[in-house]
Amino acid sequence: MIPAPFAYARPTTIDEALQAIADGGDDVKILAGGQSLIPVMRLRLAAPETVVDLTRVEGLRGVREEGDHLVIGAMTTHAAVLTDPLLAQYGQLLVQATETVADRQVRRRGTFGGALAHADPAGDLPAVALALDAEFVIAGPAGRRTVPAAEFFIDYLTTALDEGEILVEIRIPKLAADQGWGVRYEKFNRVAQAWSIVAVAAAVRREGGRIVEARIGLTNMGPTPLRASATEAALVGVDVSLQTVTAAAAQAADGTSPSNDLNAQADYRQHLAQVLTRRALAAAVGL
Amino acid sequence: MTVTEDRPAESPAPAKQVGQARRRKEDARLITGKTTWTDNMVLPGMLHMAVVRSPVSHAKLVNVDVTAAAAAPNVVAVFTGRDFAEEQGSIPCAWPVTPDMVNPGHPSVAVDEVNHVGEAVAVIVARSKRAAQDAVELVDVDYDVLPPVLDMEEAIAADAALTHDHLESNTSFHFVFDGGENGVAEDTAQAFADAEVVVSRRFVQQRLIPAFMEPRAVVVQPQGDNYTLWSSTQIPHILRVMLAMVTGVPEHKLRVIAPDVGGGFGGKLQVTPEEVLTLLVARRLGKPVKWTETRSESLMTAHHGRDQIQYIDIASDREGNVKGLRARILADMGAYLRLVSPGVPVLGAFMFGGIYKFPAYRFEADGIFTNKVPTDAYRGAGRPEATFAVERIMDELAVELGMDPLELRRKNWIKAEEFPFTTSAGMTYDSGDYEAATQQALELLGYDELRAEQQRRRESNDPVQLGIGFSTFTEMCGLAPSRVLGSLSYGAGGWEHASIRMLPTGKVEVVTGSTPHGQGHETAWSQIVADELGVPFEDVEVLHGDTAISSRGMDTYGSRSLVVGGVAVVNAAVKVVAKARTVAAHLLEASEDDLEFRGGTFSVKGTPGSGVSIQEIALATFASHNFPEGVEPSIDADATYDPENFSFPHGTHICAIEVDTETGFVKIRKYACVDDIGTIVNPLIVEGQVHGGLAQGIAQALYEEAVYDADGNLTTGSFVDYLIPSAADLPHFDTGNTVHAAPGNPIGAKGVGEAGCIASTPAVVNAALDAVRHLGVSDIRMPLTPERVWRAINQGGDGGDRATAGTNAYGGASTETSSGVSTDASSLGGDR
Repeated sequence: MIPAPFAYARPTTIDEALQAIADGGDDVKILAGGQSLIPVMRLRLAAPETVVDLTRVEGLRGVREEGDHLVIGAMTTHAAVLTDPLLAQYGQLLVQATETVADRQVRRRGTFGGALAHADPAGDLPAVALALDAEFVIAGPAGRRTVPAAEFFIDYLTTALDEGEILVEIRIPKLAADQGWGVRYEKFNRVAQAWSIVAVAAAVRREGGRIVEARIGLTNMGPTPLRASATEAALVGVDVSLQTVTAAAAQAADGTSPSNDLNAQADYRQHLAQVLTRRALAAAVGL
Repeated sequence: MTVTEDRPAESPAPAKQVGQARRRKEDARLITGKTTWTDNMVLPGMLHMAVVRSPVSHAKLVNVDVTAAAAAPNVVAVFTGRDFAEEQGSIPCAWPVTPDMVNPGHPSVAVDEVNHVGEAVAVIVARSKRAAQDAVELVDVDYDVLPPVLDMEEAIAADAALTHDHLESNTSFHFVFDGGENGVAEDTAQAFADAEVVVSRRFVQQRLIPAFMEPRAVVVQPQGDNYTLWSSTQIPHILRVMLAMVTGVPEHKLRVIAPDVGGGFGGKLQVTPEEVLTLLVARRLGKPVKWTETRSESLMTAHHGRDQIQYIDIASDREGNVKGLRARILADMGAYLRLVSPGVPVLGAFMFGGIYKFPAYRFEADGIFTNKVPTDAYRGAGRPEATFAVERIMDELAVELGMDPLELRRKNWIKAEEFPFTTSAGMTYDSGDYEAATQQALELLGYDELRAEQQRRRESNDPVQLGIGFSTFTEMCGLAPSRVLGSLSYGAGGWEHASIRMLPTGKVEVVTGSTPHGQGHETAWSQIVADELGVPFEDVEVLHGDTAISSRGMDTYGSRSLVVGGVAVVNAAVKVVAKARTVAAHLLEASEDDLEFRGGTFSVKGTPGSGVSIQEIALATFASHNFPEGVEPSIDADATYDPENFSFPHGTHICAIEVDTETGFVKIRKYACVDDIGTIVNPLIVEGQVHGGLAQGIAQALYEEAVYDADGNLTTGSFVDYLIPSAADLPHFDTGNTVHAAPGNPIGAKGVGEAGCIASTPAVVNAALDAVRHLGVSDIRMPLTPERVWRAINQGGDGGDRATAGTNAYGGASTETSSGVSTDASSLGGDR
């Protein structure tokens, strides 16, 4: 369908972009890859006054190393994530999750930052960011600020981004296999290319035969991505075995409030969270 | 000028085209889009129409205020139901299945009330599509909301709310076919009274959406008091007649063109409100008008399919000899009757017995009104419903008797030597060999190995269980003998027409009345004509879809094109050859009886080297300088063919399925099918039809369902929630054929357009149940969503209703009201 009329700005620097947003009126939407925004505009579920297109803004793409962290430009496409050598080495959880995002065409245009700012509860990447305790670097009229993932996802399609602000980059910790890290993104849906009904992002570090750290993010188990905190706690210090993993995974749905919809009712989603967490953990620790 | 100068004197007859896997002539332009789809039409001064649609499922229209919309930039006119009340008539229903069928009438744009979400309440006409769409939001409609009727079983209760308050009930018709009363079977009540075993089940055929690839589009061009209407339709010929009757535009003043059409699956076997409205607007304004739907409009307002509740009883003795079958059906018509809405369950009425020798058979169907979009033809139309019921109940009977499901089938099916066989539904099945097809399918599947694996998985209590399901099906195709349609009160015949024009250069134009919408007619018809006339495949052009070119036709549906339309082509070609023979005899100065026709050339028997080709005769006819005395200078011919009987393709489909009992996820492990569709003209086209049909039938079993919420909103309003599988979700298909040529059909073809779709659904469901029956599961409602499968395993029952809310993905893209509704963007929250 045809979107409602809107004004359009295509800045080339972050400062220009911030100015364009400030000048754009009451309802400004930021266009990153456009893979979510354009469809909802065409369905007239969104009718922004101004669209500020970031595709020509310099310095928002690519992945670089900063000590123990990787810094990913917000406009880095999913396709670029999948082929980046640093992410291949230190960001396998993100790579695995990104492989499950939509289809090849969408991954060519869709961006990591756009997906996080959109904060679709059925989207795959917010749970990964949350599990990794990612840090969100945000540019605004008053300068830059950094928001931890735990404070970034506020509600359904709602983030800590204020009006007038732009997400510019995301910092994630390096998780290296030689440090004992194993990861797995376990996604459940009905067809090959779809949003998650439920998914689990798991990163587990082992030392010898024991688990020393576990990070588990849950996709679509509530209006925001969630951490499976009880499971994480239950795993610390246990021996690696199917029994310990299964016992811990049984707590994966604790404190979740998933939706009832066509794909699944809440109790079934909670059941899935347990099964998928067990599978994700088992794969992550090599069981 | 001659086309045969370089031909060697003793050219061998060309290899037959029929039977060759020719690549489809039409595909390059269809796939690349380098053709005229209806929405590509641009005419000088053309206006654009957009439709304002009801966001409520049942209401009286209190007021429709179009003031603001009419004043919007570039808007030319706005019309409401009141404006067209005197001239819009009713969308026609051509199939009054009973004399007392209740038809509430179907205005194209609502006048006093709306009866389903998406019903048109006004149309905007503007100078651009954008201006029309923008003005949709400016129409202010005041609705007095009434309670919706949404559930068929509730709708037939004594105190039910009414879909149409001016009717006495929600029942449109009660159709009965009783084999005993018709003298073709034993008494059903007696058969059940005497039976040792009776199994009764309630099956639900969920509502489906045809979801053709090309959305519907209409363009109307007025020229004086003549009108040309382009539409993305399966049925230009029927549409012309019906539009003339509905709008009063005389039939000879109306030309209808279906240009290349991107799919239909029965969904474009319709006279749509939008076709009527585009014509009315063009007539009112005297200007060309175009309407093209959005995908959301298409899912919400184009007719849906299936939607039956089936109460099935089967009677047998302890040894598994079936004694009788009873089918009682509730068929959801939706809010109105469209072209063949009531006929869909009736098309199934004669097929519930499947391939089995039921001595007694009774069928009853009630057509029920609900406040949903009307149902109508969808791939298979009545026959998938019947096939599902009998193939599922045979499995249930096998379980009850402790018999192998294939053994039970084999015990009761018609044997090869028993054809032709008249069933207890009065149908005469033409030919086939169910055992041969089954044997081949078992081998293709690797049946014994999979059964062994199933046993291992059961014994080890594997979380992934394996099941195998059968569907040994038949269907009636080749719609249809006109006299049979007449006996069922259908409003038209079932013949088909073709004509062949021999052009001066020897090229051939074939005009078919069977209008394709993706089937490959141009290729198959070229193969047939190449063989009949002995001309090169490339020299044949197939014309269709324009009532000014193809003057007569019944169009494409019900696997009829090759079986009926193809025969008309053959018959026309035979006439061309006969006419050409007269000319050849004259040119060769020989008697007609002394001529033989081989490889496109007439020659005098016993005189090799002397001959004249039919393409040379075409030129000689064009010139007519040297023509036989008293013979009209034309070798063109046409033919109209009305079949004597339906054709009955059959096949054995076997599905092996893995069920993840932890999550309920169902995955097809292997799928094998052997279809007998008679003579195969083009194996490539057949394979494509089988694959597509399987995908669609499997999709009914596993993926697709049109879901309405408690207010009557379609929550599967986009492809996010109306789930269609892609190639990635489907298995490799192991396909095969047995060939028993259709007797009485010159081509020998039985039809393949619907076979895969009809056969596969019960095979998949039977397989899933076979995988988990030992866990106490005896039924799972379609589609077999992982949640339903999981619930059936863990909580008993059939998996139950799904939550009706659309998924939250995509910002809640389920379009719960109409197109053009603007939601306050901030309500979506967040910044993106």
